[in-house]
Amino acid sequence: MKGRLLTGNAAAAAAARLARVDYVPAYPITPQTEIIETIADWVREGTMDSKFVQLESEHSMMTAAGAASLAGARVFTATSSQGLLYALEMLYNVSGWRAPMLLVNVSRGLAAPIVLEPDHNDVLAARDSGFLQLHSETCQEVADLVLLAYRVAEDKRVSLPAIVNLDGFYLSFTREPVVLPDQGKVDQFLPPYEPVSPLSASRPVARGSAVMEGFVYSYFRYNLHAAALRAKNVFNEAAGEYEQLFGREYGPVEGYMLDDAEYVLVMSNSFTALGRQAVKRMRERGVHAGLLKLRMVRPFPTEEVAALLRGRKVVGVFDQNLSPGLGGIFYSEVAGALYHVKNRPKAILPAVGALGGKQITAKEMDSVFEEMVRIDRDGVTPSPMFLMRDDELARVRKAVAIAEGRS
Amino acid sequence: MATATRFRTLKDMPKEDYLSPGNTLCAGCGGILALRIFHKVLGPKVAWVNAAGCMTVSMSYPLSPLKSNWLYTAFASAPAGAQGVRDALDVLMAKGKLPASEDLKVVVVSGDGAAYDIGLQSTSGAIDRRLDFYYLCYDNEAYGNTGFQMSTSTPYGSSTKTTPATAAYPLGNTARKKDLFEVWRAMKAPYVATLANSHGLDFLRKVERGSEIKGPRLYIAFAACPTGWGFDTRNSVEIEKLAVQTGVWPLKESVNGAVRHTFVPRALIPVSDYLKTQERFNHLFEPSEKTEAIDAIQESVNVYWKEAGAREGFEVKLPGSSSR
Repeated sequence: MKGRLLTGNAAAAAAARLARVDYVPAYPITPQTEIIETIADWVREGTMDSKFVQLESEHSMMTAAGAASLAGARVFTATSSQGLLYALEMLYNVSGWRAPMLLVNVSRGLAAPIVLEPDHNDVLAARDSGFLQLHSETCQEVADLVLLAYRVAEDKRVSLPAIVNLDGFYLSFTREPVVLPDQGKVDQFLPPYEPVSPLSASRPVARGSAVMEGFVYSYFRYNLHAAALRAKNVFNEAAGEYEQLFGREYGPVEGYMLDDAEYVLVMSNSFTALGRQAVKRMRERGVHAGLLKLRMVRPFPTEEVAALLRGRKVVGVFDQNLSPGLGGIFYSEVAGALYHVKNRPKAILPAVGALGGKQITAKEMDSVFEEMVRIDRDGVTPSPMFLMRDDELARVRKAVAIAEGRS
Repeated sequence: MATATRFRTLKDMPKEDYLSPGNTLCAGCGGILALRIFHKVLGPKVAWVNAAGCMTVSMSYPLSPLKSNWLYTAFASAPAGAQGVRDALDVLMAKGKLPASEDLKVVVVSGDGAAYDIGLQSTSGAIDRRLDFYYLCYDNEAYGNTGFQMSTSTPYGSSTKTTPATAAYPLGNTARKKDLFEVWRAMKAPYVATLANSHGLDFLRKVERGSEIKGPRLYIAFAACPTGWGFDTRNSVEIEKLAVQTGVWPLKESVNGAVRHTFVPRALIPVSDYLKTQERFNHLFEPSEKTEAIDAIQESVNVYWKEAGAREGFEVKLPGSSSR
């Protein structure tokens, strides 16, 4: 199957329509806007049977989304970057309500300075919110993960909201061949949403009640954590069924040339494609390189990461995010997953790069693997890599010099 | 709007209560009393959508004093929560997934902090979208649940925890109370009304009248607050009555922009009679009387009623300034 050429944004919108969502509260922000424009068109043309409402902020958008989910509607919405942060208060509420709505986040770096291209500080700011998180490498994955996310989120063993992430520009505005699933089969895979105790005239409920003591709060929080942990097996179940119906296989993580790999780089989202190319180049040079892609970010696939990284010589973690004063966020999570593994890798190299969508050359990508080999050979402790080239720094300095009238 | 009312006297107040006796709010709370009366008129099929405030803590898991639905959202976005609930019910009914008998009246309930300040943006959105909902604001003129800090509803001359009256700031709060009624009216809300628990029949009829209209409807209920304002709990309704009789709290409604005062006092009682009942205004009288400030308050009340009378063709006998 060849598929149609679709942008990541179009793939997200198409999947929302295939999921027969009832309600789409929306608010524009680059690079997500194409998703809500597409849906608005379809709803107004009558080719999508949903209610579309433009709110006055992402904070309100998320409030309406969660509330509508509690009232029994299947809800879809999308945002990016500042929008996600503006809505962040409500993300914690919506997961606390156990409202299984879906949010597509189109990653974009965070201000200040304001930028349009992607890194993952936006979506990782929602890391601890209680939303499940699935991250996409391709436009095909965007469509498939939207459908999978609904199935997992609405499962009564989970009942949690979910985020499907895709990179702004690199996926959002890039056309790739996408096979859209057949509606009849999607209906089979994703039956209508059956809410648990919705707001109701005949059976009134109270949602979002206050708790006055820590032990009651702890009870709710541990329940939420347990539900998030259960989501991994529910995902695997659903993904198995998805593969049977649609022929595409999805796991919480995905390995590339891992069989005999000694140097494995952990990556996520669209830049993974660059990592795959680097692995091929390193293999041509005789280096046993491999790659592990994180698809599921929450719940964190601790067991899979440990199982696939044990016994490797050196692991690198490519973080397209930065926690200032700490470093890359996934680095800590991967290191945590490996600590108790008996034959754990002797070193884990942190590499931060591609912030704000900074392009990564083949040479830069290769340098991460070369550093992993060097660490192994020389037995040195890894020091963090922050990818940026001399010519890039020179360009910044030159531009500043011109602005200051020095050049 | 001269339709027949089911409320001819106060005895027509519905007997049915949807608020159980006993809840965690303060004795003498004007806010919960307003919610109780409001609910009587709306009947049982209600979804309350709440913003952070005193009412939030009345719902303490796993207990609820309400026989209806409750959803706590956040401080800033209860109207957006109402949007989500209303839209979901509408779309599910339109798709035949929900019978009309399961429809709910969607009511935002919040204090003045949410209604006047932090939630004004989401309120504006809901009004612009002509959302079919009620907004019940229990207005106790400050952030009561956090211990009585100034809001933009706090009147001139009130002492609060963040505008305390001191030697350097002898008047307490010197900003004027925001006119939320006019904000909603300017945004073309089809129905806007003020309420006081002391004027029950007026209260009942306004909720009834608003129920006949679709769209965004605001009710600002004057909510005497014994803990914040500093008075004995038993005087709660009396103080609300005094606020109406002094003209400090006008009872009025706006139907599609046309304003009508629903209670016109023949002669206003001097505002000082009202101010003296509450500790939040103590500094206006002690250690010495701040005549200028009290006169300024009286004057603003007088100007209000003169202008309202000129517009609506009534006359109210006004008290002189305290020095006269």
